[in-house]
Order: sequence, then C-alpha cells, then structure tokens
Amino acid sequence: MKRMGVLALQGAVREHVQMLEQLDCEVVLVKQIADLNQLDGLILPGGESTTMRKLLDRYQLLEPIRTLAQQGLPMFGTCAGLILLAKELVDYEPHLAVMDVTVARNSYGRQVDSFEVQLDIPVIGQSIPAVFIRAPHITSVGENVNILAEHDGKIVLAQDGHFLGCSFHPELTADTRILEYFVTSIV
Amino acid sequence: MKQTGTELVKRGMAEMQKGGVIMDVINAEQAKIAEAAGAVAIMALERVPSDIRKAGGVARMADPRIVEEVMGAVSIPVMAKARIGHIVEARVLEAMGVDYIDESEVLTPADEEYHLLKSDYTVPFVCGCRDLGEAARRIGEGASMLRTKGEPGTGNIVEAVRHIRKVNAQVRKVVGMTEDELMTEAKLLGAPFELLREIKRLGRLPVVNFAAGGVATPADAALMMELGADGVFVGSGIFKSDNPEKFARAIVEATTHYRDYKLIAEISKELGTPMKGIDIAQLHPNERMQERGW
Repeated sequence: MKRMGVLALQGAVREHVQMLEQLDCEVVLVKQIADLNQLDGLILPGGESTTMRKLLDRYQLLEPIRTLAQQGLPMFGTCAGLILLAKELVDYEPHLAVMDVTVARNSYGRQVDSFEVQLDIPVIGQSIPAVFIRAPHITSVGENVNILAEHDGKIVLAQDGHFLGCSFHPELTADTRILEYFVTSIV
Repeated sequence: MKQTGTELVKRGMAEMQKGGVIMDVINAEQAKIAEAAGAVAIMALERVPSDIRKAGGVARMADPRIVEEVMGAVSIPVMAKARIGHIVEARVLEAMGVDYIDESEVLTPADEEYHLLKSDYTVPFVCGCRDLGEAARRIGEGASMLRTKGEPGTGNIVEAVRHIRKVNAQVRKVVGMTEDELMTEAKLLGAPFELLREIKRLGRLPVVNFAAGGVATPADAALMMELGADGVFVGSGIFKSDNPEKFARAIVEATTHYRDYKLIAEISKELGTPMKGIDIAQLHPNERMQERGW
C-alpha cells in the first residue's frame, strides 16, 4: 500500500483524500514537518496559493518539502499546487521552485470565466473532465518536461520527471484517471 | 465543449476556500493587509457590519468604485454583498466581475418574500442560514456556498455557535433517517426533498458551510472550526482591532491549526482590545440581522 501525503493547510484536501482512498492508498494529512516522514508521494491540492505559501513559511514547511522534492519524492500539484511547484511564476516570486515550468496565475480571468471541459490526454485517456477555477496555465516548459495536455493553445498538464502539475482540478470530479496515472506510473 | 457557470464550477470555487479565512475590507489598503495575512478571499464593503449597525438607515450594495478598487489591489478572490432579493445589485456585481456574491442579511433586504434565483447567474453565491431548512432552501435556489448567519457586527459568537450546531445536528438526523422518513422531514424543515436525499447519500451538505457573524478572536475562529465549519468569515473584528495585521494573521493561523491550543495561546498574546461586543439580549428584535431572510 502506498503512503501518500496531502498538504492540508487549506483548500481541496478532502477531495484528494477521498480519491486516494478509492485508489487504495494510505493517506497522511501534512500540516507540520513530522507529517512528511516516510511518504511515497505528496499531493499539493487546489486552494489559494498565496494563503498556502504564508502557512508554509510560518510552519517552516517550505524547505523540507523542497528538499524532499530534490531528493526525488514524487509530487502532484493541482491548480494552486502547480503554482507552488513551478520553477518560475509570471509577475510573482516562485515558491518551491522545483518543477521546470513557468506558470502564469489567473490566466483565464475571474470566477465568472471559470469553466469545465473534457480533455483527451493521450497517455492517460479520452474525455477526462477538467474543472478550471480561476486557473493558472503553464506558459513554457524546460527541455526535459513532457507536455501531456493543452487546451485552447495553453499547456494545462505537464510532467517533469517525478513532478506532475495541472491547471485544473481532477479532484472535484469522480474521474480518478489522472490521479491514478500519478500513483501508479510516477510514485 | 467549454461550459462556464456550471454547478461544479461554482461549488468548486467555494471548495478551494476551505480551511481559510475571508475578511471584510473597505478599501485597497485593508485588502492588501488581508491578503498579506493569508486571507483566502476578501469581502469588499462600504462599511463593516458594526458600523452598519451604528449608522442605521438602509444599507445597500457598496459603491462600485470601492469594489473596483479592492479588485484591482489583490490577486485573491473578491466577494461583495447584494441585498436579499435585489436582482439588479447582483447583476451589477456579476457584470463587474466580482468572484462571489453574498446575498446578505447584513444589508437591508430589498424583497421580504423572495430570495434571488441564484442558479440563473454565472457568478456563484454564498447565503446565510440558521438551520437546515434555510440552508436547503438557499441551495435549492442555487447558492454554491453557505455560512452561518450568526449575529453580524456584535463581536458575540453565541449566535454563530447556535446556528452551526443546529445545522449540523439536523444534517446528522437526516443522514440517520431511513429513505421513507425523508419526505415528512422535508415538509417539516421546508426543505427540498431531493436535497435531503442528496445530504443523506453524501453524509454532509453538498456545499461548504463557513462560520460568520460574531467571530471576534482567534479562539472564536478555532471554536467554529471545532464545531465543523469549513472556514471562517471575519467581519468587523479585524479592522476594528488595535493591530489589524497581527490580528488577521492570528485568525488565519488559529483557523488552520484549530486544535493546536499552545499555538492559539501564543498567537492570542497581546492582540490588544478586541471589539467591545454586544449582548444579544440587549438587541431589540428589529436590530437582529439574522431575522432577515426566510
């Protein structure tokens, strides 16, 4: 059984936990440094990236998570989680700065412009529901990064070795395929 | 095909706010302080509830200039309040690109019979509730997020506690009922039957429910999380305190770590005088904002 952490400072924690349990994983809620022990993978959920960053700093979690990332711990960031992983952010200072992508925040406008759509993702499957909420997108990727999905000409899902990041929220739907890809192919 | 304003997109937006604090602000400067303190969203207002109480008269949607100024100042979502049943105030806020509308009893109702049909809008709505019947009616009209009504602008947590306990006790009761008991319960609560079936199936409300109306200290925020709130709205408390920055940070931390009592002790030190507060019994029934809405 794989032991998966979910960063639980704020945001869509419950949804990821339920999905991981459906995939027969043991789930650890990560709120402090001790919770990072012996994980096989870590999920950085959707939420507000600015809030998560403040809380990561206050509980000295940023450096330990970055170190684990550099040591090869698989990490999957959705929406705000992608923003936390990105090596560079357009107009803002990066956070963990470990995944070789540049990310722009709020790329699709305000909440009234948030949307859902079906994506065909060659390595994962067809017609995967994707919910974009005040979503970011990947503006450029490093040379070793695999672009897994685009929508409207924007990169919305990419893999950089043991890092997976997406603009949207697979955790808000009942479709487990993207998380399953992370848990079985990357972790 | 790309679809905006779906139930999933609107409810999902509120799911992203879970575990966070939404702060009332009246200008760009306060908005920046709130964002820097770690607020997940802010509510742009012309006056905070305690000042609305003091000012009396009719309380309306904020001046669009204030809302615009606040939207331009921060990158986190911005909410704004429309009067209960005021279709045009809500449409104006939607047209301005506000991220969430609070159909709020803090403002003077525009309609004493009907709430907004919130499912008609692309923008999501949050509404207040005191019990499951009220909660279910608002969800039935299309609210994507709930909050307790509490008693706004009093600095007194007692009503918010009453409302969250009531809603959660009623949810537990519905979850424990057999299918054939739900229609009578729907009748008694004044709640849509299908929604009770959904609550029973999920084991919880289908939308997030935040605490609001009387949160005055970090311990109050933590109390509401302990009682099962998904997050916290803080109105008058923050910018009426002596040191808003410190106070705002303390509320955010107490909400995240609501069971870390040593931490709450630490962050509660020397916060200065909290809001003086009002004993609910001293409020004339006409002054009770929670009685607005139906």
